[in-house]
Amino acid sequence: MIEEAQVDIILNDLYELYGYDFTNYSRASLKRRLIRLCLLDKFAGFAEFRDRIRDDADYLKRFVEEITVTVTEMFRDPLFYKCLRTDVLPSLAAKPFIRIWHAGCSTGEEVYSMAVLLKEARLLHKSLLYATDLNPAALDKARKGIFPLAQMKQYSENYIESGGVHDFSAHYTAQYGQVKFSESLSEKMIFSIHNLVSDRSFNEFDLILCRNVLIYFDKPLQDRVLNLFDESLGQLGYLALGSKETLKFSLLKSTFKQLDKEKIWRKVG
Amino acid sequence: MAESRLTKAIVIGGSAGGLDVVLKLLPALEPTPSFTIIIVLHRKNSIDSTLEELLASRTTIRVKEVEDKDVVKPGTIYLAPANYHLLIERDLTFSLDDSEKVNYSRPSLDVTFESAADVYGDALVGIVLSGANADGTNGLLAVKKAGGIAVAQEPAGAQSAFMPQQAIARVPVDFVLDVPELSIFINALNKPV
Repeated sequence: MIEEAQVDIILNDLYELYGYDFTNYSRASLKRRLIRLCLLDKFAGFAEFRDRIRDDADYLKRFVEEITVTVTEMFRDPLFYKCLRTDVLPSLAAKPFIRIWHAGCSTGEEVYSMAVLLKEARLLHKSLLYATDLNPAALDKARKGIFPLAQMKQYSENYIESGGVHDFSAHYTAQYGQVKFSESLSEKMIFSIHNLVSDRSFNEFDLILCRNVLIYFDKPLQDRVLNLFDESLGQLGYLALGSKETLKFSLLKSTFKQLDKEKIWRKVG
Repeated sequence: MAESRLTKAIVIGGSAGGLDVVLKLLPALEPTPSFTIIIVLHRKNSIDSTLEELLASRTTIRVKEVEDKDVVKPGTIYLAPANYHLLIERDLTFSLDDSEKVNYSRPSLDVTFESAADVYGDALVGIVLSGANADGTNGLLAVKKAGGIAVAQEPAGAQSAFMPQQAIARVPVDFVLDVPELSIFINALNKPV
């Protein structure tokens, strides 16, 4: 379908023509997504696929949207959110101002989850949530804060499992099969395009969440991005990763201390 | 099957009824296999935290649920975590992927079989166990195309026959084995005939 050398050709085109650098993405997973897109869009073969990417800037938009994985949910891994509630937020509460960065936020479900947590802890008024992604379409959805009503049952269960004791539905209004989350949540969010591969640090944060993004990167790129997070974290700041991601292969291991069993580390060095 | 062929990895995949087979199989496996064993089971999140321990209790071989970028080592049994596809990179590290479900499944057998076939070629054995959906068939085809060995559980003895039946119908499998035969087959790998 698509050979290894052909993956290299496409990645080279993307970098030379558009400045997108996917060369340090996990190759096995990236190759699968290329083959998936090639089948989905019914290209006759590699040459046709490559030409379309090279010649059609509109198609490039679709390409980036489809190659990046946008799977996410509210309160993903509820026990992780429970740990945020009980261990992380109380230690941030004393700060005059709380800056949080959701790196690779996709369609924003976890950003809204975080805002709900902050609101219930009465910290939202002094918090700012920076939410970034390289996928503009995903970011547009995140900015709107509109999600399918059908998912709210699952999200509400996640919310309760994360230690939520209020009425989850009080945070949104439902209409025509969709829900819109309260503007009191979204007014504390700043959405922006940011590519972890090529863009720099842009602020200092108390908490950085980057969940199930690093799994799509190879080890050298993971190290670069972890260094970017290290530079962007204040003293005693927190770094939160996905449930199967780890700092154990990283040089940062010695200056970060893991909390309990969840994938949350505190910068102690 | 060429006698000089060395097996570097076995991928064992199953769905409904597959876990029971794995639990019967593990105690019968010899303690230090010369290859890597990768197990992909469709499972519910609720038993997530205990499956690694459950498998470890049935064998002296080291059992590890995969974390992203773990190095693939011989003599170890790796378990695909719930809710992630499990892939193998050319540098023999694991990658996890939480993209769309394949065959309504994540982890999907096809994804791991195809990725392992890419990396191991003819040094791979793919085994499809009991299950009620057709996941694994395309993956087993990829294993065969890359020169590997394709095995299906004997459908007559499977709790859900559909999965191995699909594999047998669409893939020129090398062996159809019941559970005791599976353990004999695995223990005989990489041994002189």
